[in-house]
Amino acid sequence: MSSYTIILFSSIIMYIILALSWNMFSAPTGYISLATAAFFGAGIYTTAFLGELLPLPLLMLAGGIISCMLAVIVGAVTLRLRGVYFTIFTFGLVELLRSLVLWAEIKFTHVRGRFVVSADHMTVFWCMAVLLILLIAAIVLIRRSRLGKSLEAIGESEDAAAHIGVNTTAVKVAMFAISAFAVGAAGAAMATRWSYVDPGIAFNSMYSFMPVLMAIFGGTRSTVGPIAGAIVFAYLEETLITKFPSLYMIIFGLIMVGAILFLPNGIIGLIKPPVMKLIAKLPKRRVRQ
Amino acid sequence: MSGKIILEGKDLVKSFGGRHAVDHVDFHLNDGEILGLIGPNGAGKTTLFNLISGALTIDSGLITLFGQKISGKKPYTICRMGIARTFQAAKNFPGMSVYENLLISAQFGQKNVGASAAKTITDEIIEFTALESFIGKNIKDMPLAGQKRLEVARALATKPKILLIDEVMAGLNPSEVDEAIGLVRKINDSGITVIMIEHVMKAIMSVCGRIMVLHHGQNLAEGTPEEVSSNAGVIEVYLGG
Repeated sequence: MSSYTIILFSSIIMYIILALSWNMFSAPTGYISLATAAFFGAGIYTTAFLGELLPLPLLMLAGGIISCMLAVIVGAVTLRLRGVYFTIFTFGLVELLRSLVLWAEIKFTHVRGRFVVSADHMTVFWCMAVLLILLIAAIVLIRRSRLGKSLEAIGESEDAAAHIGVNTTAVKVAMFAISAFAVGAAGAAMATRWSYVDPGIAFNSMYSFMPVLMAIFGGTRSTVGPIAGAIVFAYLEETLITKFPSLYMIIFGLIMVGAILFLPNGIIGLIKPPVMKLIAKLPKRRVRQ
Repeated sequence: MSGKIILEGKDLVKSFGGRHAVDHVDFHLNDGEILGLIGPNGAGKTTLFNLISGALTIDSGLITLFGQKISGKKPYTICRMGIARTFQAAKNFPGMSVYENLLISAQFGQKNVGASAAKTITDEIIEFTALESFIGKNIKDMPLAGQKRLEVARALATKPKILLIDEVMAGLNPSEVDEAIGLVRKINDSGITVIMIEHVMKAIMSVCGRIMVLHHGQNLAEGTPEEVSSNAGVIEVYLGG
């Protein structure tokens, strides 16, 4: 594989991780989070500070833990907010962190931005691939667990869930933190791709919006949906940015509007029924033979 | 019928803005009884339920369950301590089947309920509330009476000692009301103490051992159905003369 292909694959895996992480919390609960960029940036800055001290897997672990702790603090405060208030707060959080890190960086280190140790493309790719596999395993396990069931109940009716004994705040914070872990770990790994980061690069709100677009475009009801959406968008971003650098956000927007209008269950919703029909037909044929 | 006091509220106050929805209310619940809670719309009945179940916090006063303070606790804790409730507008989980609705209530309603124990409880509750014919049904396709029965069943699946029933008979036809009355009796016979808010007087008068009347968020009267229905104040503000 050429190094371009490896870099492209790492980007695609990164977006899959962001989209799945967003989806694992926001889809069942209905709480639309725009905090992804905050957790991603926390991971990036973990590597920016500790990059020379630790090997990549440990950096990812550190980035994950820091994002996780951030999510617990933020979640405990804001997950009492419902609906759009929660969304607005999470959006504000990215800006808040960006400004805070910028202020702290200049105040304490007297420089704006920092150089990041770079890692070999292949190492980054494998680390991201392992993270993705762990994330998918976690999603499958959680969906079947008590935690998964209680999240579903919260999404269906939060009051009813609380009154049948679900500790709604604890469940929401736990899931928010778990989803933030993967995002932070991904940020820590991907930071090695930029040789220089500053708060503006690290806490870029695009990383909050893209996963939402990808998950909705692919279909939020399954695990395959966000993966499909992330692959399509990551590839689109790569091609559009080189071919139509000034138009690519407009094209993204149009695709998104089209997806919401015509594909309420995402592209997976479009593909699934005919595939399911085919599968349903298979055993019957065998019986006839 | 009436045993010792198991649930008690003292001097409860809850205001929304400047308005006292519950204004220095005292109440008590005896073990094993069915207590009816009546009063005109806006009297504070549902607010009182919200205070007991922890959906709202009290401004002042004290609620105790088996002598233990429960005011200030979260809904899930109060549920696990043995108080279940239904909502006036049924709040079932619409995306789940009837079976899943009950299973999840059984799983979370008490501490440490394992998967198989939850299934046993679910089967038991389905039989108890006669929901067999709805098991696989979509909630939205159920008739109102069925949805309200499921609302009660969900509360029962948490294995409560006390059940708060909020207007479970509103909107039902007379034969459905009779069925619902039968269910309330059956619940009470199984050892669960009940408080019910209801406007269907037939139901209140026939099942409740004791009735409490609220008006403008205050205690107006209390007593047996006979006493309450002959109380001049109650007739004036609620029953009509």
